[in-house]
Amino acid sequence: MTLEILAVDDSRTMRDLIKLALLPEGFTVHTADDGVHGIEVLSGIEPDAIITDINMPRMDGFGFIDAVRDQSKHRSTPILMLTTEAAPELKKRAREAGATGWIVKPFDPEKLVKALQMVAG
Amino acid sequence: MSTQTGPDSIELLTFRIAEQEYALDILSVREIRGWTHAPPLPHAPHYMKGVINLRGTVLPVMDLSARLGLPKREQNARNVIIVVKLEETMTGLLVDAVSDIVAMSPEDMQPPPELSSDIAEAVVSALTLIDERMIRVLDLASTINVLEGVAA
Amino acid sequence: MTTDPMAEIRASFFIECEELLEALQDGLQMMDEGEDDPETINIVFRAVHSIKGGAGAFGLEALVRFAHRYETVLDEVRAGRLLVDPDALKVFFQAADHLSDLVRISRDEAPLPEEETVQLLEALDAFLGDTPPEEEAAEEDIDFQPMGLALDLDLNGDDVSEDSDAFPSLDDLPPPPDFNTENDSASETYTIVFTPKAELFETGNEPSLLLRNLGDLGEAQVVCDASELPDLADLTPELPHLSWTINLATDADEGEIRSIFEFVEGLCTLEIAAGNGPAHADQNHSDIPHNLPEITPPETLGPPPESRSAPFPAPQSAPASLAYEQQTEETTPAERAPVKDKSAKPAAAPAAKSVVRVDLDRIERLVNLVGELVINQAMLSQSPEQSGISPHSDAMSGLEEFQRLTRDIQDSVMMIRAQPVKSLFQRMSRIVREASAAVGMDVRLQIFGEATEVDKTVIERLADPLTHMIRNAVDHGLESRDDRIAAGKEPQGRVNLTAAHRSGRVVIEIADDGAGINRPKVLQIAIDKGLIAPDANLSDSEIDNLLFLPGFSTASVVSDLSGRGVGMDVVRTAIQALGGRITITSEPEKGTTFSISLPLTLAVLDGMVVEVAGETLVLPLNLVVETLTLENEGVKMLRPGHNVIEVRSGFTPLFDLGHALGYREPVTDFEGSVALLTAQEDESRAALVIDNIQDQRQVVIKGLDDSFHRAPGIAAATILGDGQIALILDPSDIIANAGPMPRTSPAYSSEGLSA
Repeated sequence: MTLEILAVDDSRTMRDLIKLALLPEGFTVHTADDGVHGIEVLSGIEPDAIITDINMPRMDGFGFIDAVRDQSKHRSTPILMLTTEAAPELKKRAREAGATGWIVKPFDPEKLVKALQMVAG
Repeated sequence: MSTQTGPDSIELLTFRIAEQEYALDILSVREIRGWTHAPPLPHAPHYMKGVINLRGTVLPVMDLSARLGLPKREQNARNVIIVVKLEETMTGLLVDAVSDIVAMSPEDMQPPPELSSDIAEAVVSALTLIDERMIRVLDLASTINVLEGVAA
Repeated sequence: MTTDPMAEIRASFFIECEELLEALQDGLQMMDEGEDDPETINIVFRAVHSIKGGAGAFGLEALVRFAHRYETVLDEVRAGRLLVDPDALKVFFQAADHLSDLVRISRDEAPLPEEETVQLLEALDAFLGDTPPEEEAAEEDIDFQPMGLALDLDLNGDDVSEDSDAFPSLDDLPPPPDFNTENDSASETYTIVFTPKAELFETGNEPSLLLRNLGDLGEAQVVCDASELPDLADLTPELPHLSWTINLATDADEGEIRSIFEFVEGLCTLEIAAGNGPAHADQNHSDIPHNLPEITPPETLGPPPESRSAPFPAPQSAPASLAYEQQTEETTPAERAPVKDKSAKPAAAPAAKSVVRVDLDRIERLVNLVGELVINQAMLSQSPEQSGISPHSDAMSGLEEFQRLTRDIQDSVMMIRAQPVKSLFQRMSRIVREASAAVGMDVRLQIFGEATEVDKTVIERLADPLTHMIRNAVDHGLESRDDRIAAGKEPQGRVNLTAAHRSGRVVIEIADDGAGINRPKVLQIAIDKGLIAPDANLSDSEIDNLLFLPGFSTASVVSDLSGRGVGMDVVRTAIQALGGRITITSEPEKGTTFSISLPLTLAVLDGMVVEVAGETLVLPLNLVVETLTLENEGVKMLRPGHNVIEVRSGFTPLFDLGHALGYREPVTDFEGSVALLTAQEDESRAALVIDNIQDQRQVVIKGLDDSFHRAPGIAAATILGDGQIALILDPSDIIANAGPMPRTSPAYSSEGLSA
């Protein structure tokens, strides 16, 4: 099953790694450099799921999820947060912001695919 | 010409300087160019002829006869520059004329007798005979690396 | 070309690290200058954080560990729990330097500097005081295997303040599942009761997908419990009303089952029991399958109905139970969180500057090709002239246009390689920190004009000479603290590093506010070393320039910093190899300034093409002030072999270029010769005797590498329109070598050129 994904991360390396994990699975991957850029990219696509980093310039992951959820058409779009931090309060904040799930970096490519398929069908 | 080819054979480019015959492993030869004016590099050693334009790069040219301590001669239109590559460095070698390409087996090549510390002998790695003529096979590294040897 | 995508990303990661380290330095610098904007510390934090993130992906454990600790301390600053004082900043700078080392070491797979790491970790730990609790928890997360998914099941109810229900204690959870494990054990049957809460839908989770994922694990019998479903009239669509009981026959263990619900833990009630027996649900649900409505899924998972007053999809008559096949996706709850129909919040910010990364080799190739184009164009524009085509013909105006375009292309291509000197200057900050620490001095480096752009190659080749000069400034230029106080100066020494564009060149200055050059001492050393005659009468400027003589070192005690066998002569040689010049100015008690003037690019030069002794040579046009035609009577002999000419009420030394280059015997008859009056960086003038001027034109610089026996005075070479090579001269070098100072090395020595 192939999905269209938007990956938002300020680290080029992470974006590359996400692409490396998803492209061979036939996924379509759009990328954005931060939250603000992510919202811009989102306006032109309808991804099946979104992956976002937390710490980013201009608009962080929480702000980004808020902004995505504020758009009625993305109210139920699955969003996975990429985080190096496993702190419970981060997850709680992520959830409160409307994140569907999270992936702790560094991620296993196979498991990222699996997680996306789990939340986005 | 001696053209015995075999798996171990070495191809040599033979050329003449001051009526003597020399040879270089063809693998190190990149191309052969006709003589062209080479602006001299000021204060360079006497065997450095100058520099020429080799398709957009500046190629230093060494006068091989001067390098080998042979008598100084006038340049003429038959003179050629053998462009050789040693490691990553290209150098031009000015010789009188190119003779032939011959294949030799290692058995045909003899180490030169260690008679003298003559500059011309120090760069000769082997001797071989073709049609009764003695060919001196040059060791490219010691021929060219004198540049660094003198400069360093 | 590497084909392994992981290796490519790894390489790209290290490039990104350089950028991040630069941002880190910038941020710290701003903090050092008193900037306390929260975004500044955020930038610093993110830089370290991103390095850690990437390093984790490549299993660079040492880098991850150090970055993690550094990040933890920075997070304390970010949270306002740690105040940044000068001591803290000092450690932050050191940590940034060390992080930079670790990045390089990780990249090169070099041995780790364990000792230094431990020291800095201790210094960082000192800021954390008593070990913060979350530190330990997080520490475990970095013990991952490269690219391993750390399924974070350390959700600790205790850490979460109010909503303990949302984060139940999961102490009894099994370890994270491994999706890849083939489980050979016989199928077991689990009974799973799953009741979503309203929040589950707000996070974009889908019960239908969860059920399907369960189905993927084995044979699932799903029973939907609609007993909580109120009468239609009372139904509140925002609230979930359904509960599911799944009988799952699977090879998977409970951990795997739980992993499916990982993202919804706390957002539902979940009971998992082995065996067929009913799981104990904490919600009162009666098993009334016969009354189940079938929930019709909406057409898409897209936006829910906008208007909540519209009739709900009426529950249709239900089958006895909903038996899920593996692939069925039937149940989608009609319930949704209410629509908040705000317009997109963030204003459209300017899109990030889009950047393409290009292999430097490709640019080199382009630069070379453009160089060829320029030469070709020059050749082409010569041929119509030679064939006598009218300068007003279409062909000629076409050629002019061609020439203009060629220049534009050339300029644009050169711009590709231009880079700000910032990264270079940042490295110098570190040099100052290290050099001042080594000699126990307090030195502040101030940087100006770091946005100034210079050819990348120039920047790379400036690093060594600049490092040496910065070390010199700290080591020799600045006085000790006590001396400074005695001289009425600030105890903290200052070094200013400045870059600026000045009349088509880049000028970089290194200025200290130290005691200035000790000229009597310099003079004495030069005499002692036999570099100059004991009775030499030198001007201040000439004394200062003695520093550039090979083998000169002013350090009376060979210190840790300067005793490296390199002197300012090597610096000068390196600068000259870049087509640059270096000058020195010094004022007693005020300080010393070294000024480096460089071409913007190594690739082109506006040159004057001249002929000397039958050879064609090129001189940098910007050095030629005036051209003069000589008459024998205007040339005065100073002493044999040394002549001067009178130019506007002053005597200017005359240099016979043909002789200086070894092309011919000294000229004795100057009548009709041309002299080029040149001005040096240090304002001194000299006239070079040539035979005639051929042309003024832009030439493409072709570097001469060290195997060329590069002589003093020869900067590079170029290829002229006729395909011939012409050497590009460095007049100041020729003059310096022909000047009053004796030549100390053979003319053809290439010693020091590799600096």
